[in-house]
Amino acid sequence: MIELSELLVPAIKIVVLVFAVILPMVAYSVWAERRVSAIIQDRVGPNRVGIPFTKIGLAGLGQPISDGIKFLLKEDFTPGHVNKLYFWLAPALTMVPAILTCAVLPFGSELFGEKMVVADLNVGPLFIFAIASLSVYGIVLAGWSSNSKYPFLGGIRSSSQMISYEISLGLSLVPVLLIFGELNLSAIVEEQSENGWLLLPLWGEGAIWNGGWDRFFLFFPSLLAFIIFTTSIFAETNRLPFDLPECETELVAGYHTEYSSMKFALFFLGEYAAMIIGSGLIVTLFLGGWSLPFGCDAALMQMAGNPEQVPWWLGLIHISTFLVKVVGFIIFFIWVRWTLPRFRYDQLMKLGWIVFFELALLNIFITAGIIFLTRSPD
Amino acid sequence: MPIVVKRPRLTLAEKCYFPALMKGLRITLGHAIRILQRKKKVTMQYPEVKWDDNLPEHYRGAPALVTDEHDRERCVSCQLCEFICPPRAIKIVPEEIPPGDEWQKVEKRPESFDIDMLRCIYCGMCQEVCPEQAIFLRKDYAITGVSREEMIHDKQKLYEIGGKREGLINKWNKLK
Repeated sequence: MIELSELLVPAIKIVVLVFAVILPMVAYSVWAERRVSAIIQDRVGPNRVGIPFTKIGLAGLGQPISDGIKFLLKEDFTPGHVNKLYFWLAPALTMVPAILTCAVLPFGSELFGEKMVVADLNVGPLFIFAIASLSVYGIVLAGWSSNSKYPFLGGIRSSSQMISYEISLGLSLVPVLLIFGELNLSAIVEEQSENGWLLLPLWGEGAIWNGGWDRFFLFFPSLLAFIIFTTSIFAETNRLPFDLPECETELVAGYHTEYSSMKFALFFLGEYAAMIIGSGLIVTLFLGGWSLPFGCDAALMQMAGNPEQVPWWLGLIHISTFLVKVVGFIIFFIWVRWTLPRFRYDQLMKLGWIVFFELALLNIFITAGIIFLTRSPD
Repeated sequence: MPIVVKRPRLTLAEKCYFPALMKGLRITLGHAIRILQRKKKVTMQYPEVKWDDNLPEHYRGAPALVTDEHDRERCVSCQLCEFICPPRAIKIVPEEIPPGDEWQKVEKRPESFDIDMLRCIYCGMCQEVCPEQAIFLRKDYAITGVSREEMIHDKQKLYEIGGKREGLINKWNKLK
């Protein structure tokens, strides 16, 4: 017999996370994209849409809402020459995996005794890779079912690009998992909270003055893993400088050339959702997820008194810490997009297969060697 | 003789792309910061802020009719502007000035004078050709309307825009 609360609590978490956090964040990252790109290019960007029928602009914060209404009200045109079933399936297949992957991301420590993660899986990263690689189907199906040359080329590019970069994505993560000896993302974050973030081992057992020599030496392979992983996330989410599937100068709009209205918006949102989840993953693995730096978590827990139960205010602080880090990364993504030119396709493949693949492989051996030499077997 | 363009030899730093990437990020960040600090201003918030005061002297806006210092309409219905108008936006119906009128000596005046602002290309030919200096291009540029009829400026509207203009404009006097 399953208790009702066992069903209800995850359901609430899912609904709140997806509809109150991820989707608004997606909408507002589009707004952020436009504003940041504007200030980078010495422009202003959308700054007018605020409260309707008034002159209150709110720095354009109403823009995503009006964009959403526009997408819903536009004509949803299905061209006559497309394969209808797959044409309709593809946008959903882009959006769904992007949102599914957030199930294992720990977005906070605990709130009212509940762990702030939808599914506390012991195989977190594996789950994310398994689901994230499904998102290529959306793009490939869109390209193929559109029955038109530009979407087709976009779909082909996308599939080869995503398959190539999945390898370096997976391999670059192996050193991280070796260091933590753990595949559960919540446990990884807790470890980082206590003993220093992977890229900032300055407190707890990770600090040198506390005998964390292994973490000091492991910092360099971690940095390499971080660079490879971040770049691969760029490629996986089809962001510039790797946005070859879209590539408007060559392929009109790539795989979504034939799409209009909300179906187009789903591709758009899927891309941004993937970006947010990607940022969340980077933050969780390399920058301590929801944890505060320099052992503040432990200090605040001591202040609260009860070592078993995380007080609600600390839980909220953890959630907001996570969100702040993710937002920082999203802005970094946007910043990079409006800085770098697009790679040529052969450069992209060369980078993936000749540089990152080898580097990631080498990194595993280096990490394993350092761990073998510095950590005493117990 | 074909010219062989030598590929530049890249250093290791250039090959690994990273320094260039950082340089690029620094440039874009610099632009962003300059805009955020409002050191550089490039966008004008159009309907609230306008550039009207900075319009050049020779700016060609909406054409308009003017009256002279005696409040007499200057136009004598010679229809030269109608004939020269490249997009044929002007339509004039001339009428005779009835006997007994103060300005009967002038003989003709327009009964109606319509300029279709949907056709007007603001070329200024009408102003150029007018022997009586009755039509001028003004600095109004935001001509809007919700119907085609609204976009046709009739005589009354043209005098409203044009207003009164005293003195003749010659090459040698400063009034332009």
